[in-house]
Amino acid sequence: MYFKDMHILSMKDFSKEMIDHILETAEKLEPIAVMKERSDMLAGKVLAVLFFEPSTRTRMSFETAMLRLGGAVLSMGSVDASSIAKGETLADTIRVVQSYADTIVLRHPKEGAARMASEFSQVPVINAGDGAGHHPTQTLLDLYTIKRESKLEGVRIALAGDLKYGRTVHSLCYALAHYGADITLVSPDGLRMPYEIIKDLEARGMKVRQTDSIDEAITEVDVLYVTRIQKERFPDPAEYLRVASSLQITPELLENAKSHLKIMHPLPRVNEIDPLVDNTSHACYFKQAFYGVPVRMALLALVMGGME
Amino acid sequence: MNSENTDFELEPGLRVRPIENGTVIDHINAGQALNVLHILKLPGQFESVVSVLINSPSKYGKKDVVKIENRELKVKELDKISLIAPSATINIIRDFKVLKKNRVKIPEYVEGVVQCVNPNCISNSSEPITSKFRVYEEDNIINLRCIYCERIISEDIADHLLRE
Repeated sequence: MYFKDMHILSMKDFSKEMIDHILETAEKLEPIAVMKERSDMLAGKVLAVLFFEPSTRTRMSFETAMLRLGGAVLSMGSVDASSIAKGETLADTIRVVQSYADTIVLRHPKEGAARMASEFSQVPVINAGDGAGHHPTQTLLDLYTIKRESKLEGVRIALAGDLKYGRTVHSLCYALAHYGADITLVSPDGLRMPYEIIKDLEARGMKVRQTDSIDEAITEVDVLYVTRIQKERFPDPAEYLRVASSLQITPELLENAKSHLKIMHPLPRVNEIDPLVDNTSHACYFKQAFYGVPVRMALLALVMGGME
Repeated sequence: MNSENTDFELEPGLRVRPIENGTVIDHINAGQALNVLHILKLPGQFESVVSVLINSPSKYGKKDVVKIENRELKVKELDKISLIAPSATINIIRDFKVLKKNRVKIPEYVEGVVQCVNPNCISNSSEPITSKFRVYEEDNIINLRCIYCERIISEDIADHLLRE
């Protein structure tokens, strides 16, 4: 499979075979990610990291991934200290940076920014989040986590929280459609997954159920994917508290779960998951954050020709 | 003489005369003629006569008609008007006769015609790009999906035409 020089913009650009290949490559690279092995696969290559929005995990895991493969990282630094503060367009920034680096990782607040950047770049652009738009590397690391910690084919998964605005969750659902997943959607009334997406998923042969009861959903699934509910979505703070506490994951709630249940969360969490859950065998969210490294290593290795 | 260049002239009370050479865009949805001209950037620098008939009676109710003299527009160039006038027909006129008659086809992509409705789309910023949409029909409704942010426009497309 040939990924060299390919832009990584949206999960919609990937077939099941392509996703499988990325996940298999990540698995091969995992010993390097945990320092059991060393690599200079990308020695002499430069990764430009352009983040126009704050980020901890995505940015650092990309940088770690590049360094673990022997490459170098070139960072733009803060937006205030760059020529963007002088009014430079993103298109101009990309045209300049592509001549300094072998791959560009971009996070930008505008939707479609990465796709536009790819039109101006001769080197691969990897979308690390474009506003409320796509975040394909998050979806890939979510799939990798499910593969490593549970099973991908036919996984029974519950998605809980804000399913209306969270496009990362939408993107994960579309990707899971490749694997015949059985999905339960758990959300309060105002934050349900848009109808068109559910219709789309069903048309792809997925089983989709909706409920507002986390207690009911948790008894049947292999994976529980929890997302943050943002306070600003609720005009009434009391309503926010009511909804947030009704979806909170606690050790008591987990008493009814299957023993092999894994809980995922893209982080940062606020109070969706009780810290007491962290020490149970169900907690998987910190491992999930780590898995961002081998998955991003795989993408970097593939688009820069370190692996095929 | 083919009726496409004459039908509304033959009705009582001549409104617009037949043209000798040029392009007649007929069967435009009533009220959309000015938007059609806007999409085609007409008259612009063009100096010949452009006639516009709005709310003209026809067999199927009302329609608009645009006649552009001494200029044969390319069918491909005209396809983008299908977004707001999907039943429009294009008649190329030579010596008062209809040389070619085509219905507009919905193009696969349109560029620089419609503005994305998503205020946070990169195409609505100061970047040096023009809006681009993939066009598709679903249940007889024309949908435009932004190439950049993927937001879909399926209603009132005329309200979202790019204005300079």
